[in-house]
Amino acid sequence: MVPNIRDIVGYVETNDWAFTQGHRLCPGCNAPMVANWATLAAKSLGYEPVVGAATGCLEVSSTIYPFTSWNVPYIHNAFENVAATISGAEAAYRSLLNRKKIDNDKIKFIAFAGDGGTYDIGLQALSGAIERGHDFVYILYDNEGYMNTGNQRSGSTPPGADSTTEPVGKALSGKLQLKKSIVDIIAGHEGVYAATAVTSEPWDFMRKMQAALEFEGPAFISILAPCVRFWRIPDDSGPEVTKLAVETKYWPLWEYNMGVYKVTKKPKTFKPVKEYITKLGRYNKLMKRPDANEILEEMQNYVDAKWDRLLALEEISKDKPIRRKI
Amino acid sequence: MPVKLTVTGAAAVAHAMRQINPDVVAAYPITPQTPVVEYYASFVSDGIVDTVMVPVESEHSAMSAVVGSAAAGARTMTATAANGLALMTEIVYIAASYRLPIIMPIVNRALSGPINIHCDHSDAMLVRDSGWIQLFTENHQEAYDFTIIATKLAEKENVLLPAMVNLDGFITSHGVESFEMLDDEVVKEFVGTWNPKYSLLDTKNPVTFGPLDLFDYYFEHHRQQEEAMNHAYKELPKVFEEFAKISGRKYDFLDLYKTDDADYIMVVMNSTASTAKYVVDQLREEGKKVGLVKPQVFTPFPKKEFQQVLNGRKGVVVLDRAMSFGKEAPLYSLIKSSLYEVASKPSLGSYIYGLGGRDTTPEMIREAFEDAIKGNLITDEQRYLGLRE
Repeated sequence: MVPNIRDIVGYVETNDWAFTQGHRLCPGCNAPMVANWATLAAKSLGYEPVVGAATGCLEVSSTIYPFTSWNVPYIHNAFENVAATISGAEAAYRSLLNRKKIDNDKIKFIAFAGDGGTYDIGLQALSGAIERGHDFVYILYDNEGYMNTGNQRSGSTPPGADSTTEPVGKALSGKLQLKKSIVDIIAGHEGVYAATAVTSEPWDFMRKMQAALEFEGPAFISILAPCVRFWRIPDDSGPEVTKLAVETKYWPLWEYNMGVYKVTKKPKTFKPVKEYITKLGRYNKLMKRPDANEILEEMQNYVDAKWDRLLALEEISKDKPIRRKI
Repeated sequence: MPVKLTVTGAAAVAHAMRQINPDVVAAYPITPQTPVVEYYASFVSDGIVDTVMVPVESEHSAMSAVVGSAAAGARTMTATAANGLALMTEIVYIAASYRLPIIMPIVNRALSGPINIHCDHSDAMLVRDSGWIQLFTENHQEAYDFTIIATKLAEKENVLLPAMVNLDGFITSHGVESFEMLDDEVVKEFVGTWNPKYSLLDTKNPVTFGPLDLFDYYFEHHRQQEEAMNHAYKELPKVFEEFAKISGRKYDFLDLYKTDDADYIMVVMNSTASTAKYVVDQLREEGKKVGLVKPQVFTPFPKKEFQQVLNGRKGVVVLDRAMSFGKEAPLYSLIKSSLYEVASKPSLGSYIYGLGGRDTTPEMIREAFEDAIKGNLITDEQRYLGLRE
């Protein structure tokens, strides 16, 4: 069973989307694509999605009372606790099934959060929920900053990117630190399925979504999903930019399953990371600085090392899961 | 047949929870609430209850998980104290605004800082405006009974509010005392089954919980929470009556002790009321007309009941186990404002006692009563019992 494109077209044509029209996300935003693909994949596989969302763009733009864009059960609680909220709902589901108060065994819990609610303030709740082994899929739409509150830096913001809380200025070149490797942090929980994805590769995302839904336990997908406003890119260029992120090793596509690493896309040749960076308006100020080349070189060395490491992990872990159970 | 159990207050509460057997309990341990969670975990581990227990990684996640669980239509409980409640507070407000009937025993403890693990009511007062029903209990019997009563009340269709059952840290939670436990079946029948109107698991009728509620509706939703509180106030006497039928114990908003002809009345919550009752008995033997009022319901605040009982008295002393820095103490200020409308206002005195578990002796209680009897009460003066000045 794979996500069926005919089914998906059917949902779209009959307007039976889980995440439907009327939301107020910006033109060109990549978050609704993520919400749609994830829920449509779940539906086309025969699951009934129950959705949780952390406070963020996707949340504030889709549920402005008395309206909602969610055609499936949906809960938002606060910024940092979608994983805990969903773990409570999942525990309730198990309890009510055990007690035969409900008999619907098709429900799958999907949590959506941005990078702020995941890398930073929500990391503890997410880590706890994964360690406890709740059966849910957590989707991080990663736009590398606090976009809902206006382009502040997050633990995901890359060095040199202009943000309002670490702007590129006369004295400083914006954020000085590299971003956290969030999927490695999640993989460190071991009993988990974790993957990267990108908005330029919907089918890769759908396939990973399927693996995540079918995984009996916590699953996590981090999908690079640009905010066109604050990345300062044209409205229609989100996927084009993320395609370049894969082609430059900036955002490798890989997955982790109970200790086994797998690279899911291996381009034969790579472009220099500079091609990706210079495409994004949020680096314009950096590029005018005298230390721009140093930072670019640092980034290039970093992505090269990460890629080599990933290939090595794939090789060393092949057919060698470190866990059989959560 | 009801049985007498001689156990800690924490065990008494855990037994009430066991008999209710909620669908989900999500909790994080904190002194002095820890034994409540531990007892319940052992009931789960031994298969005595079939609750799904979620041993979360923090109180913030405990409250977040119970919101998820209750929204999914499960009968849900947690328990906490002090800093745990402070960490939960963001979500405590959200739970009330989502109208989720979560039950939460609070084992009252001083709120840091500096850190202190002993009893006072600063934790409960932190969340007094959060939209939760707040019940206060003097001893094991009340802690047990009110956990059951709270469940029945919170789930009333016109109420749908979460409820806290407060019991004093260590004094009640760890002290060993006898209480009467009802039959499992009687409790089970009393609380009935919980059938929520809306559930996150009802995929046929999808509902959006927790939308963005801007200036065009937020105000109205808060007004509805206030209405629910009014309903809780009206439903409480009915639930007390129903509970009296199964237990023989009739509760009310205020527990009145020798107040009928009293000229001087003390108001104090929770376990210190026991000490105060002892002092009332002593002073009565000396011919002093004194009495005690112990509020058992703090939110919704029983304003009319206070007015009825305090109108026309000579002196009223209010003991608070929490401070409200730069303002009048929380219980005192509410009682004082209640008395604005009564025909014959008593003189009033505000006393802070027992902070951080400071022992409150009969002598201290007597001191407050004697101030009242001597006519030595000053409305604007905050006094302290057992404080080294």
